[in-house]
Formats: sequence, structure tokens, C-alpha cells
Amino acid sequence: MFVLIVGAGRVGSAVAKSALADGHDVSVLDEDPLSHERLDAGQSRSWEDSGGQFTVGTALETDALIQAGIERADVFIASTAGDNTNLVIAQIAQKRFGVEKVVVRVMDPARADWYREQGLQTISPTKHAIEMFQSALEPEPVS
Amino acid sequence: MYAIIAGAGKVGRNLARELISKEHEVTLIESSRQCYLANEDEFEHAVQYGDATELWVLERAGIQRADLVIAVTGDDEDNILTCQVAKEKYLCDRVIARVNNPRNHDHFRLLGIQPAVSATDLILRLIEHEVPRYGLVHLLALEEERLEIIELEVSPDAPTVGERISDIALPEGSLIISVLRGRSGFVPKPDTVIEAGDEVLLVLDPGLEEAITTYFAPNGAPAAF
Repeated sequence: MFVLIVGAGRVGSAVAKSALADGHDVSVLDEDPLSHERLDAGQSRSWEDSGGQFTVGTALETDALIQAGIERADVFIASTAGDNTNLVIAQIAQKRFGVEKVVVRVMDPARADWYREQGLQTISPTKHAIEMFQSALEPEPVS
Repeated sequence: MYAIIAGAGKVGRNLARELISKEHEVTLIESSRQCYLANEDEFEHAVQYGDATELWVLERAGIQRADLVIAVTGDDEDNILTCQVAKEKYLCDRVIARVNNPRNHDHFRLLGIQPAVSATDLILRLIEHEVPRYGLVHLLALEEERLEIIELEVSPDAPTVGERISDIALPEGSLIISVLRGRSGFVPKPDTVIEAGDEVLLVLDPGLEEAITTYFAPNGAPAAF
């Protein structure tokens, strides 16, 4: 599969590395050239030598998305630091480029829920954190 | 009318002033604390602090009863999302969005956010109007109706100079609606004769501009330029 990941922060770069290790074609787009270092960190070979692709560009620029290979992407992952950027580019990937599987990170649980109802696969780390804190607060079973 | 305005910068603040002076009810939403505090004295309860892309913020502002949502922040993604949830989640009939970067205009269109207004495009249009380099000026585009109104200056070498309107066979989907001659304009009759230097206003289906230009300004720039 060809996987395009927009946003190479902690999450995006870790997902990129594991997808590449699993044998997928992986392309990463980030506006910060330095984010490339995260892709190399802890690896014996550089990201490109391992077969990865890296493009510097802004996700909202159609040209950057095309350069990063959105037209042949099977999976699109929106994992920039901004919810609103993620939601807009995810819809562009889905509606304009017809990418089959679009996964988007949305910190705000309320909008993650609503956009999921609209057909986007949303992941809300905040929601998971809330649930984990809540379960941590539950009383321990008495043994 | 009740209007919610996202973004209390220059555009939002002045829109709010105008609407309030016309006795409309307005809520301004501003996500920068500093900008919110700067506006609080003037707008009092009509300005709220918060991120207008968040659902609870919109609900607190009473989006369920809003007649109009105007998103004029400096961030195109924010403007798109505020208008999108206003339309699709809260079923607000009318939204207006500001486009900061004209290259993002396609994204607004793709996600159904209309009308989307770009200051750069507006100014460019004014420049075209003042400097009709190509002889053709877009006056109005009715995107949903798929019609546009253009203005063309008739060049001396145009094939239509000296022709009567009724003898000019324009392409299907175009119509001359007005002629500006000297300092006045009139609605042409079938026997109106086109003169060089006239400015003709036409309504057209999109995509006919080039074909129409060959009738009135075949070599682009009018002689005066």
C-alpha cells in the first residue's frame, strides 16, 4: 500500500516508520524540513535509504500534496499539530483526490465524534487520555 | 437578523459595528485573549472569548438560532470549518467566509463554503476594472446559478463595430444586457448599433469568455491602452 502521512511530529513519524518497516510505500509531508530528523532517529539507515519519501511543503497547498504522491495514495493520514488543518486536508484527500482510506487526528473529542458521523475516520488522543484517566480513578477491586 | 461573526480583527469588528448600527443582533467570537479584551469595552456582551471552530463555543453563542454565520479570521482552515459545521451540523442557511490566501479558494468551493470572499481577488478585480488590459472584466459570478456578468470594451477592429445587435449571432448562452456609451448606459434594442469604444455588459454561461472576446475585442487590449 502507498501511505501518505501529513505531519511528521511524534505520532506521524512513528506511524511512518512502522508502516515502512511493515513493507508499505511511505511518503511524509511536513512544512518543517527539520522534522526529517525524527524519521532518521534511532534507525540504522536514513529514511530515504530505507525507501521512504519526504517532501517539505504546506499541507493546504495542492501542489505539495501532489508532489508527495496523493494521487496514488491508498491511505492518507492527517497528523499535523492542528485539528482544523487535519480536518480540511482529510476532506480534500477524500473528496478531491478520492483516497480510499483517510484517517485523521482530531484532538477535540466533540468534533472527532461529529466528523466521524460524516464519514471521516477520526482518532482523538484526548478522548483516549480522558478514558484512561477516568479508569485510573476507579477504585481498585478489593482482593 | 442574528449574525455570528468569527474573528474580531479589523474585518470582523467593523462588520459587527455596521450590523449593530443597522439594529441587527451580533455575537463576535474571538480566540485571542488579547484581541478579545481589546474589544470587550466596546462590544460588551456581544463579544465572546473562544475558538469558533469548537462546537460548544458556537452553541454558547446560540448558533441554533443564527440566521447568518460569517467567518473572517486570519486562518482559512478555521473559516472553512466554522462555516462547515454551521451549515451541516447546525443547518444555518447562510454562511459567508473570508479567504485569506486566494490559492485556498478551491478548498472552500470543494467543501461547499459559498460565498467565499477574498480581498486579494476583490482588489484584483478592481484593478482589472480600472486597467482593462485584456478588454474583459468580470463583474459578477453567480457560481451556484452558473452565470457570470462581464464587461468588455469594444475595440475599433472588432467585427461587431457598426453591426446592429439583432445581426450579431452570439454563442448560445450569452446575451448583451447593457451598453455603456459616453457617460451613460442603456439597455440595447435590436436596432442598436455597436460602436468602437462602447462598453458592453453581457451575461454568460461560464467558459464563454474567450469566444465572446473575439466578437468585441479580438486582439485583447483596447486601442486606448
